[in-house]
Amino acid sequence: MNDMSKKKAKDKNKDYGTVAYYPGCALEGTGRAYDTSTRALAKQLGLKLDEVDNWNCCGAMEVKNIDPQIQTYLSSRVMSIAANEMGHQTVMAPCNGCYHNLKKAEYDLENNDESVEVTNRLSEKAGHQAYEAGQIETIHALDWIKQTIGEEGIKSRLKKSLKGLKIANYYGCMYTRPRHIFPEKDQGPGSESTSQPHFMDDLLEAAGAQIVDYPLKTACCGGAHTLSDSDTSTKLVVNLLQAAEASGANVIATECPTCHSGLEMHQIRAEKRYGIKTDVKVIYFTQLLGLAMGASHREVGIQENISDSLNLLQEAGLA
Amino acid sequence: MPIHEQNLIRPENIVTNENLEIDGIDVSGHWSTFIESRVVTDYNEAMEDEIAALPGGEYIHRCWQCGSCTNACTVNAVNEDFNPRFWIYLIRMGMESELLRDKDIIWQCVSCNKCTYACPRDVNPEGVMKATAHWLEKKGHTPKSPSMHFDEEFSSQVIATGKIEEGRIIRGFFKRTGQPLIQDWLLEMVKRLLRGLPAKMLIHMGLANFVRPRTRNWDRARRAIEEYVEEKEAQHAEALGLNKPGPGNRGLDVDLPKQAAE
Repeated sequence: MNDMSKKKAKDKNKDYGTVAYYPGCALEGTGRAYDTSTRALAKQLGLKLDEVDNWNCCGAMEVKNIDPQIQTYLSSRVMSIAANEMGHQTVMAPCNGCYHNLKKAEYDLENNDESVEVTNRLSEKAGHQAYEAGQIETIHALDWIKQTIGEEGIKSRLKKSLKGLKIANYYGCMYTRPRHIFPEKDQGPGSESTSQPHFMDDLLEAAGAQIVDYPLKTACCGGAHTLSDSDTSTKLVVNLLQAAEASGANVIATECPTCHSGLEMHQIRAEKRYGIKTDVKVIYFTQLLGLAMGASHREVGIQENISDSLNLLQEAGLA
Repeated sequence: MPIHEQNLIRPENIVTNENLEIDGIDVSGHWSTFIESRVVTDYNEAMEDEIAALPGGEYIHRCWQCGSCTNACTVNAVNEDFNPRFWIYLIRMGMESELLRDKDIIWQCVSCNKCTYACPRDVNPEGVMKATAHWLEKKGHTPKSPSMHFDEEFSSQVIATGKIEEGRIIRGFFKRTGQPLIQDWLLEMVKRLLRGLPAKMLIHMGLANFVRPRTRNWDRARRAIEEYVEEKEAQHAEALGLNKPGPGNRGLDVDLPKQAAE
């Protein structure tokens, strides 16, 4: 890979209209609705998704606990295919876990000699070109919509306003922490904030929704221990759900399949185990934007959510 | 938000004598309350180095005990005994028996990285928690935690096929931890999920049980990762002095050959 193409990957004025799409394992399983709605939204907005060929798991939150360098290798393989085999400058991951791990691998391959050595060695043994830091830019689905369409674009394309919805935007842990792997964040006006992220607020507000002031935007849902320490996860999720209701929200918008399914699962678990009932609906931000752009509730996979939001969406004239 | 400090006076060290007379003065009841002193004699001087040799623990020596990690901690907010700052202190001081008092909750770190975000010294407290939990298991102080079972099940599948399938992970995890697969809240979840699902997706989910999602031509990558895991295992065993035979010494259970044969 020559320096010219590395420069291209970092160019902020480049075209994000076509990106390499890395759905990840969760979007083929419990997070299917996120995949469905991301593709439906891309179609509505005229953006092109080119799925990474023969991708592998990024390592999620688990492989790093066996060894962090394996996670770096796994993530680097995905970036290597997108950059070297498919010639992309940008890879877009809707899952916070995938996004985080690709960013972390990028940081480690830029700054950590051991990571470079292990990744090169494993790539060679596995028989593919090793990824070099700087070859591709990893963005989240939120960055992608913000960069290509933006608030003005959403407003001008608006088919159905989200005005009946009061939304608490939940970003989770992996989108902003730890700060050092997201060098493009906290760079002043226009950039994302790691302490008070706002891209989802901006886009959904542009789509007509009422955004509530939600203090737990980046609190943790306990997703890493959703099964191995369920009681802790349930406590954390109940906190998130009750805070959203106290903030006046009837919807929590999500941007991560682990958070999303964690909120849905522990909403039920809290009800079953502890008799704590909450009624706030959990919906992916891509589903909400898709509806606003004129897609039907089936096209964005509302029925694939466990959290049943159909009545609420019908009342709001969105389904 | 206050910094939650560790209470150094333990309830079992507060002693009150019901009937006590000293120099002819009756000091029965709360008049005779004493705090028994604690004496620490068994320093484990190797502990910090051993934990620093495990992934995540590398920067423990940077800690200057400001407490930002504990203050930011998600788990501390639901269980005040979960105290990363205090554990880092104990590890650096070599106070093993004190650390072992909390051995059964250290694995509960949820990896939210709020501590890493807050830490002014780049200690990576999240990594230190993981390294410490591994150290406790490798040294035989604790049984394998549910979290470790989950990580091993997950990693085994990724290494074997390049991808995971969530249903298989859940089944494998419950099997490893000896829990029944039928749990009231999981059933309720499946019930609500089935309510609105189109037949196409049900068929897809059913098929995933038989046609395992996998990355094509993964074999060479699998072997490369397996070799690497073995190499690291040997390094960690060496660093922790586990090569000498002893009770409780054990390595990771990533099921490499069995998974590969499947």
